Amino acid sequence: MNITLNINGKTYSHDVEPRLLLVHYLREVVGLTGPHVGCETSLCGACTIELNGKAVKSCTMFAVQANGADILTIEGLAENGKLHKMQEAFWNEHGLQCGFCTPGMIIASKQILDRNPNPTDEEIRHGLEGNVCRCTGYQHIVNAVKAAAKATGA
Amino acid sequence: MATTTTKTETLVGKRIRRREDPRLITGTATYVEDIKMPGMHYAAIVRSPHAAAKIRSIDTSKAAAHPGVAAVFVGKDVAGVGPVPCGASLPGLRVPHHSILATDRVYFVGHPVAVVVATDRYIAADAADLVEIDWDVTQAVADPEKALASGAPAVHPEWPDNKAFDFHQEHGEIDKAFAEADVVVKQRITSQRLIPTAMETRGVVAEWRAADRALTLYTSTQIPHLVRTLVAMMLGLEENRLRVVAPEVGGGFGSKLNVYAEEALMGFVSMKIGKPVKWIESRRENFLTTIHGRGHVDYYEIAAKKDGTILGIKLKIIQDLGAYHQLLTPAIPTLSVLMMPGLYRTQNIRADIVGVFTNCVPTDAYRGAGRPEATHGIERMVDMLAAELKMDPAEIRLKNFVHKDEFPFPTATGLTYDSGDYAAPLKKAMDLAGYDKLRAEQAEARKQGKLMGIGISTYGEICALGPSPATPAGGWESATVKIEPTGKVTVMTGASPHGQGEETTFAQVAADELGVDIDDILVLHGDTSIVQYGIGTFGSRGTAVGGTAMYFALQELKAKLKKFGAMMLNSDDVTLANGQCVCNKTGAAKSIAEMAAASYRAMALPPNTQPGMVSTYFWEPPNFTFPFGAHLVVTDIDKDTGAISIRRYIAVDDCGNLLNPLIVDGQVHGGVAQGLGQALWEQAVYDDNGQLVTGELTDYVVPRAHMMPWIESSHTITPTPVNPLGVKGVGEAGTIGCSPAVVNSVVDALSPLGVKHIDMPMTPEKIWNLVKGAH
Repeated sequence: MNITLNINGKTYSHDVEPRLLLVHYLREVVGLTGPHVGCETSLCGACTIELNGKAVKSCTMFAVQANGADILTIEGLAENGKLHKMQEAFWNEHGLQCGFCTPGMIIASKQILDRNPNPTDEEIRHGLEGNVCRCTGYQHIVNAVKAAAKATGA
Repeated sequence: MATTTTKTETLVGKRIRRREDPRLITGTATYVEDIKMPGMHYAAIVRSPHAAAKIRSIDTSKAAAHPGVAAVFVGKDVAGVGPVPCGASLPGLRVPHHSILATDRVYFVGHPVAVVVATDRYIAADAADLVEIDWDVTQAVADPEKALASGAPAVHPEWPDNKAFDFHQEHGEIDKAFAEADVVVKQRITSQRLIPTAMETRGVVAEWRAADRALTLYTSTQIPHLVRTLVAMMLGLEENRLRVVAPEVGGGFGSKLNVYAEEALMGFVSMKIGKPVKWIESRRENFLTTIHGRGHVDYYEIAAKKDGTILGIKLKIIQDLGAYHQLLTPAIPTLSVLMMPGLYRTQNIRADIVGVFTNCVPTDAYRGAGRPEATHGIERMVDMLAAELKMDPAEIRLKNFVHKDEFPFPTATGLTYDSGDYAAPLKKAMDLAGYDKLRAEQAEARKQGKLMGIGISTYGEICALGPSPATPAGGWESATVKIEPTGKVTVMTGASPHGQGEETTFAQVAADELGVDIDDILVLHGDTSIVQYGIGTFGSRGTAVGGTAMYFALQELKAKLKKFGAMMLNSDDVTLANGQCVCNKTGAAKSIAEMAAASYRAMALPPNTQPGMVSTYFWEPPNFTFPFGAHLVVTDIDKDTGAISIRRYIAVDDCGNLLNPLIVDGQVHGGVAQGLGQALWEQAVYDDNGQLVTGELTDYVVPRAHMMPWIESSHTITPTPVNPLGVKGVGEAGTIGCSPAVVNSVVDALSPLGVKHIDMPMTPEKIWNLVKGAH
């Protein structure tokens, strides 16, 4: 099937097998290896991307279902070489260790602030429920989201 | 051009953001799964759905005929490949032959039986389903105590008692200690099987270049050099023809401190088909076939005087080994024995281990590896003893601690504790908590029928693994430091990291030692064709052993720089500091870049000095290090639901000097999360048929953000004399300190109901039943 979609501001058109998962399409056809596959069952969130403005797990969606969509992956977050404030915040606050969950975690964190620019700790933790990190214990991730919120407010 | 920037600010001890992060936060880091090569094929592995079965026949014809399939291999095809190695040795150890694909029998669910190789991962998966195996299913045993019972099914028919080894260690006068005791407390304590769950599963890309007789393995590992040596032996390939690369590694926690069948298998496949081949473990495969941790049933006895003085400890460990030995499987419980006295002075111990085969995936090193089990046990026993003697749990600990003027302290298990002030973190944690006030509040809460608990653990650990005679594979670590002709500094560490931030902490140390800008330093690791032989990152050794190797390489380079400086300044009286060599008489100076350039240009050389500015150092540690600390946890229990809520989590850790407190905090937080996971949620459950019931993240509950309490982390600092950096290691501290503090807190909360012990994980159901049973 032929699909056309916008990814990180560029238009892509490919003929794909109907069963091709979106995450495999992004990683192997388009060459964006930022979204990671951590569980194949939408439980870990390492593959989280933004699709039409919503954070979704790209491992449990077919590429053909994304036909016509606007997609943002971690690779599209920095603009003109300038890191997104959430990326900066993860860096400054040590919100990552092995980094495998990080692309999905940053996209999910961005969504939290998109919906609520001033979340409480509890709201941040609730917003991160769908993303597993095995390294950080989440505390520095919570700090990062708070720091990014503060950076927006400033 | 010589461009090294000099600097005067000290970086060690600063909260510096990590130098490895830019590639990770932009999604541009390269993990194994991100590697793509021309002509690359994909492998899918056919695994046993049974825990114990004989293979009557395997029919691969349909799979082989499937369009896009390049090859299918089964056990007999890989008969020439050596077994998966066990690096541990114990007297009388039974080591089952562990072939990389099963031949006539399978021993656990997930046991690899065949590999299907195709042009595309989807095709490989399709074709794997077409492999037909005729099974003769036999009886399995998945529980180690049941496996020891007479008449239990034999995991390996040649050893009907299912025992892999017996181990005994004793010190002091244990029988006398128990005979003279006023009180003896006994308890069976389990430390359940856990699934390490690194976010990146295992994966291998193998690339064979026949014309060069060269094989490259990209594998998600903590130990690239050991993988090189052992996989070369398995494949019968000359070691210098095998390059192993650990690219970005997405977490390990011990689960990648191993050599797995699939690493050799992919090498074999690539050599057979002459194409690169990739295998990426699915999460389900990861749960079924990557090593698990823990798996202890422990029987403790502790003897004491009325005043709380501990007289002796007895321990019998039943270790669930699983079906095979992986790299260190049988050695792990021996670490528990070493750690069993905890921070306490007693010299009388008796320990027995029985290693038991079960039809489960092997257990091996998982964060803490033997030490969390021991710490959990001793810290529970000390609490039970305090309860028996009606003493405060803090008081009984303070009474029995090795005193701060007793170091170096020889323990009952043959270790020499390096340095410590064990009372300091406990007192600090109690101050931070407002301990006396909390106890008063608890008394008040109890009057109102509320269940509030205060739990303490004071843990010690064995880190910086370790002196080579005490480790299975050599316990040293290596570093090379090169100052390039333009003055830029390249550090190569043998301690291949996977999230620990060594690219940052090592650069901090090197920048300080050389007096150069941190941006002039690059830290490389993980590629055996670039980095000198090394051991790896595990056992809280990366910085304490690997960092120390770099420190000594830097000292050698500094001495050499000084020689060049003296020659170039034509002076015997020079000082090397702040990135330059200064003549103390004239004040004339040469920068590190100038001296490096001169060393390579070699127009003139100092006496007995080689050109170039490179130093390689292999550091053999004279001892382990022994970090310690105190965790204090306040819990409230909901009587109606059994839910445990953690009101305060205070962690005071002493890991010696802190190179980068930001990174240290991260290690503590992550460690606590895994300890809390064990205390409250995580458990690998096998049913009686050896099926893994908790086979996905739906059923195996790892902590998520909303489940974690805020961790109040702080430190006391007692540098180790074992290494010049004074660092002890912090990778496992959080995990080791956590679980006993949490269980002690919940038992304390439920103690008015007569509860004395709770095994982990303390699920709401378990707590609810305890509360209900008390009424």
